[in-house]
Amino acid sequence: MDFIQNFPFFSIMLSMFSGTVCSVLPRRAARWVNTLMISLIGVLSFVLLSYLVVRGESYVYMMGHFPAPWGNEIRAGILEAGTALFFCVIMLLSMLGGRKKLQEEVVESKHNMYYILVNLLLSSLLALVYTNDLFTAYVFVEINTIAACGLIMIRQNGRTIEAAVRYMIMSLLGSGLLLLGICMLYDLTGHLLMSNIQAAVQGILEDGTYEVPLLVTITLMSVGLAIKSALFPFHAWLPDAYGYSTVSSAAILSSLVSKGYIFLLIKIIYRVIGYNVFGNSHIIDVLFVFGLMGMIFGSLNAIQENDIRRMIAFSSVAQIGYIYMGIGMGTGVGMTASVFHILSHAATKSLLFIAAIGLTDVSGGSRHFIDLTGAAYRNKWAGVAFTVGSLSMVGVPMFSGFISKLLFAQAAVQNHVKMLPALIVLAISTILNAIYFMKTVIRIYTPEEGSEYESVTFKNMKTYAVTLVCFILLNVLLGVSSQPIVDLIEQGLSMFA
Amino acid sequence: MGSNLLINYGEAVAMLLFVIGFTNLLLQKNLIKKIIGLNIMDSAVYLFLAEKGYIEGRTVPIVVNGVQDVEAYINPIPSGLVLTGIVVSVSVTALMLSLTIRLYRRYNTLDLDEISTRLKKEGL
Repeated sequence: MDFIQNFPFFSIMLSMFSGTVCSVLPRRAARWVNTLMISLIGVLSFVLLSYLVVRGESYVYMMGHFPAPWGNEIRAGILEAGTALFFCVIMLLSMLGGRKKLQEEVVESKHNMYYILVNLLLSSLLALVYTNDLFTAYVFVEINTIAACGLIMIRQNGRTIEAAVRYMIMSLLGSGLLLLGICMLYDLTGHLLMSNIQAAVQGILEDGTYEVPLLVTITLMSVGLAIKSALFPFHAWLPDAYGYSTVSSAAILSSLVSKGYIFLLIKIIYRVIGYNVFGNSHIIDVLFVFGLMGMIFGSLNAIQENDIRRMIAFSSVAQIGYIYMGIGMGTGVGMTASVFHILSHAATKSLLFIAAIGLTDVSGGSRHFIDLTGAAYRNKWAGVAFTVGSLSMVGVPMFSGFISKLLFAQAAVQNHVKMLPALIVLAISTILNAIYFMKTVIRIYTPEEGSEYESVTFKNMKTYAVTLVCFILLNVLLGVSSQPIVDLIEQGLSMFA
Repeated sequence: MGSNLLINYGEAVAMLLFVIGFTNLLLQKNLIKKIIGLNIMDSAVYLFLAEKGYIEGRTVPIVVNGVQDVEAYINPIPSGLVLTGIVVSVSVTALMLSLTIRLYRRYNTLDLDEISTRLKKEGL
């Protein structure tokens, strides 16, 4: 066994222990430990990714001393390592971009807590990505929920606590369903490891004995994870949670937490249930329909919103809808498009949140559109970054959003039944996206005579500006050199099966 | 189908409890009642697991008197899952209760809808 194969385990453990260490360190040191640890895990994931690309196949890593049907396992393939790397990059940039705001908005004694929660969140995300055991996945789903709840309420006002309560309620409903699904699947198959369950599921289908319970199980797990990742009718908690928490939290929640659950769902579809079994059940159509509805209603809500942060939050609902539409398409290309959109949305949405905070800061802290007039002239970097993010969300070529829309359209063409609704809704949703994002861009670039607010210069916000530039580069990178990334995703998905 | 329901009455009760807990968590306005619903829901899953894990006439999976036959023992994993699940649900309940205390101190009510309307009035 090569030493590199230990890296997934190292990443999870490093993240968890650095969280514990952060609690006793002084504030500044805790921040450094946090930043270094996220970067280190990113480097480890990158090394692992290149190792796996060269090796060309995934591997299973035994946790503890017991072999397959009894012990616990970690599994790493290209998709897992790539997602881990990407999560680390986004998390690092979000933390850097929101650092100043964190110091202003959060009580100083709670800063250490924040770093603990971020590390805990990262370790649970990594565990969700790497684990090969369903019950372990459930436990880390709950850890993820608790950490995310902490991230929402670390900035304490009435709104965030209420948002945290609503988030918890929805999440707990989702994890209750997921837990029941996992328990029923365990009863049906007698296994908790993903590969063993899949073999048993094949056996069940050949015998034709437990078809209805199997369908119920698939439904429970899909609906549970859909609730947790805020698919359309379950998004009530989302605007408050993303709109009022501190900006790093909003960026991390929107781009990573919900994506972790979607990644787990994709993993369950491929590795536990089996792609064909899932495709033949009607759950896939349900996900497709709710995805389409989310794309439209999320955008409509965003148009009505008069608060820039809440508008971006509602846009997330629409983007989650895109991802579920791709999953519901039932083709390999659709799944590739969904995975690409997970990356592209994560890169764009965190950029938008971080840029929006720069714009509201130079408008007297107000997030209403009327006060944002001309904000892009007062904070040039944030203005450019917000424009880039908006263009990417709308789907202008050169940026990442264009590639995901292109992939979705290609996937839609391959499925004759779902082609028409998918393409129509895609077009409508793009127009709606353009309406609210371009409205904002025009607003912030409308010159205002004799503004009462002061401008900021590069000197006052070096870290912030550098973060924005990194985000923009990431977006353009995803948009321009998308082919290698799409190839990697396809390879990764074929490793899943 | 009906006869199966009667044989597996334990599982049927567990499902019924799950639904009761789920609807309580979803629909109750009072936060404490919501948390009670959460606990009923989680306990229902553990009841389901315990019911599935026990086999009539078999004993604890500890080798006694050198009997090593599989037929003599029950499967210990469901009990392990229940224990893990209880730990998770206790921590989640504690978190929910602490959030409820925070909200109650601030707004002197446990009604989530009323808190929402007051927040809108505050216009934060």
